[in-house]
Amino acid sequence: MTRGIKKMTTEVMDAHDMHDDHSPAKGIKRWLFSTSHKDIGTMYLVLSLIMFFVGGAMAMIIRSELAIPGLQFVHPEFFNQMTTMHALIMVFGAVMPAFVGLANWMIPLMIGAPDMALPRMNNWSFWILPVAFGLLASTLFMPGGAPAGGWTMYPPLVLQTGDAFPFLIFSVHLLGLSSIMGAINIIVTVINMRAPDMSLLKMPMFVWTWLITAYLLIAVMPVFAGAVTMLLTDQFFGTSFFLAAGGGDPVMFQHIFWFFGHPEVYIMILPAFGVVSEIIPTFSRKPLFGHDSMVYAASCIAFLSFIVWAHHMFTVGMPLTSQLFFMFATMLIAVPTGVKIFNWVATMWRGSMTFETPMLFSLAFVFLFTIGGFSGLMLAIAPADIQYQDTYFVVAHFHYTLVPGSVFAIMAGTYYWLPKWTGHMYNETLGKVHFWTSTFFVNLTFFPMHFLGLAGMPRRIPDYSTQFADFNTMASVGAIGFGVSQLLFVWVLLTSKKGTKVTAEVWDKPPGLEWTVPSPAPYHTFETPPKLSDADGFH
Amino acid sequence: MIRNLLLGFSVLALADTAEADWALNMPKGVTELSLETYNLHMMVFWWCVAIGVAVFTVMIISLFRHRKSKGAQAATFSHSTTAEVIWTTIPVVILVLMAVPTAETMVRMEDSRNPDMTIVVTAHQWKWHYKYQDSNIEYYSSLARSSVEARRKGTDIDPYSVENYLLDVDNPVVVPSGAKIRLLFTSNDVIHAWWVKDLSIKKDAIPGIVNEAWFKTEQVGTYRGQCAELCGKDHGYMPIVVEVVEPEAYQAWVNSHDAGH
Repeated sequence: MTRGIKKMTTEVMDAHDMHDDHSPAKGIKRWLFSTSHKDIGTMYLVLSLIMFFVGGAMAMIIRSELAIPGLQFVHPEFFNQMTTMHALIMVFGAVMPAFVGLANWMIPLMIGAPDMALPRMNNWSFWILPVAFGLLASTLFMPGGAPAGGWTMYPPLVLQTGDAFPFLIFSVHLLGLSSIMGAINIIVTVINMRAPDMSLLKMPMFVWTWLITAYLLIAVMPVFAGAVTMLLTDQFFGTSFFLAAGGGDPVMFQHIFWFFGHPEVYIMILPAFGVVSEIIPTFSRKPLFGHDSMVYAASCIAFLSFIVWAHHMFTVGMPLTSQLFFMFATMLIAVPTGVKIFNWVATMWRGSMTFETPMLFSLAFVFLFTIGGFSGLMLAIAPADIQYQDTYFVVAHFHYTLVPGSVFAIMAGTYYWLPKWTGHMYNETLGKVHFWTSTFFVNLTFFPMHFLGLAGMPRRIPDYSTQFADFNTMASVGAIGFGVSQLLFVWVLLTSKKGTKVTAEVWDKPPGLEWTVPSPAPYHTFETPPKLSDADGFH
Repeated sequence: MIRNLLLGFSVLALADTAEADWALNMPKGVTELSLETYNLHMMVFWWCVAIGVAVFTVMIISLFRHRKSKGAQAATFSHSTTAEVIWTTIPVVILVLMAVPTAETMVRMEDSRNPDMTIVVTAHQWKWHYKYQDSNIEYYSSLARSSVEARRKGTDIDPYSVENYLLDVDNPVVVPSGAKIRLLFTSNDVIHAWWVKDLSIKKDAIPGIVNEAWFKTEQVGTYRGQCAELCGKDHGYMPIVVEVVEPEAYQAWVNSHDAGH
């Protein structure tokens, strides 16, 4: 079947909808009771953007305090609340929901499904999130303040949290619940609702990376929920899982936490790999290099993520053999990650590249994520890691993988698919300005942190010795600049409907089924499954 | 962006020679193991630089030559088993080259047998307690008075006017040079971490658990560090100072300490 016929089918379906009660409900009901993957995707993305600014505001407080030596703005207690909440909100509120939002919007469109497999659960898994963040944010106003023991919640320190403690635990439970339901939904959708001739290995990379991510979520979120529940019973019900005085082991929490925590970091980066793997081929006008090996590499990374957790714990006093095992396993991750980077470069090689905003963000992703990967490799070397541990070197490392890594991929994906969502082209000039300012400031913020860490500045301190002043000032200037740049992003998003109308394809022959439906994507798509054709990039 | 990165790397590379105040690189430290750690750190760093130069060069060449505005026509290839085998194998070989010397250093780090003396370090919120196991010397060590006043919010004391702001204590650890010092770590409340970078030691002090580490240095001097594990509101205010002195001076210190109690 040609694409022309498919488009006709879709339009017929639209006309059919006009006199049916399948069009969106009006007002608040449309959003509150929504079972549409598109509306829920939009809500996830909007929530993520709001949380990005809430977490960002906390980062501004942190960087303002750290701009010069001495304590100027906040007390150490509040500083610790800010670092803790910044991390929780950015991880669970900004990055993860953004990828779930992209998944909601794009996976059905990319596999030719009419909606997610479990639309009511989809609604539920979104609406849990505002409640969870309401609980978490309310702790800022409680006696004893918000949680201040770090997002890693290590006991016994976390047990010193004030009234906020049970709220922290319950919000984590809710976030976990939401993630698990979202993950189940994605797995069921991908396994059951693909277009009939889309075999697993024909799936686009974004769908593949999300499928793997969903399995990671299902595997580790219950573990995390279990760990925090044990904290809860230690605090209120007299157990001693982690309390040495009662025969418990504080280090056991760290093992359980990082068994969740390490796959968690891949949960935040694998979908980013997927987004970038969609964008680079489009703007290189060349198919993704080594699609199948990309799938195997992502699966390898996912498997390895389960057996490397204790590299976060080289200073807790593990036996030598454990240290060696976790070091070797960690180093191995460099191999599949390297394959991914090489494949992206090979995709660009002998392509015919143009540099629209999504491509710029993706290229910066490849460069800067690789920098984060290098510092990751350095961190795998246990004796050196012992020196890097809990310093700004680690802060630099994970911010390189998370900000110009995950966040840039989210922005790249947003610019890439925005015209499909709105039917209009965003302001390309402003998009590019947003890209260049973000890239400049993100490096100004995080690159000096490598030096700070190596020179001996611990993380999570509100004040520092004067020898660290210069690089801290630099990082603070960069952070403010990065924060202001994101206002531009919001402006581009808000004004995107003023742009010129776009075609169904939007870009220059992009691969994938999502470009066969009109722009903006109608409320109902693929009510009859599409057939794959070479023109859509399926060979 | 690219220029930023190159600049950053070249600055880091030059750090060795530039003995400026604003340190850019890990210090070599004053023990054999700290030097080995530094060498491992530099070895991986240079491998990363080499791989980065190779990958980014190819990418940058592609970015300039294979662009549509220069009339580049897209090729259609989408895989090459040979290339993929090569770029899977080479990284494995490089990793093995890194892993062997690293493992050797780790074995030496764990060898705390036959120490000349042992100090028990007990962490408290927010100070350290040192007990010299072979004598009756024991004392608390907290942030020095000068920093305590300058660290307060809204104070008019300029941090720059305080010598070793936030890195000075009232009672430093004193040890003799040339002796193998074993440290045993535990905690009285939450988890802390005892970190002195020049001695290449960072070890968690955990309630209910005793961890150990050791060092031996010939270099007399004062070495500073900080708590490295978030331990509550004053986590940033529990520094560590180790004074390594000649054995005679150490003996004099022990004697004066005995006399003082």
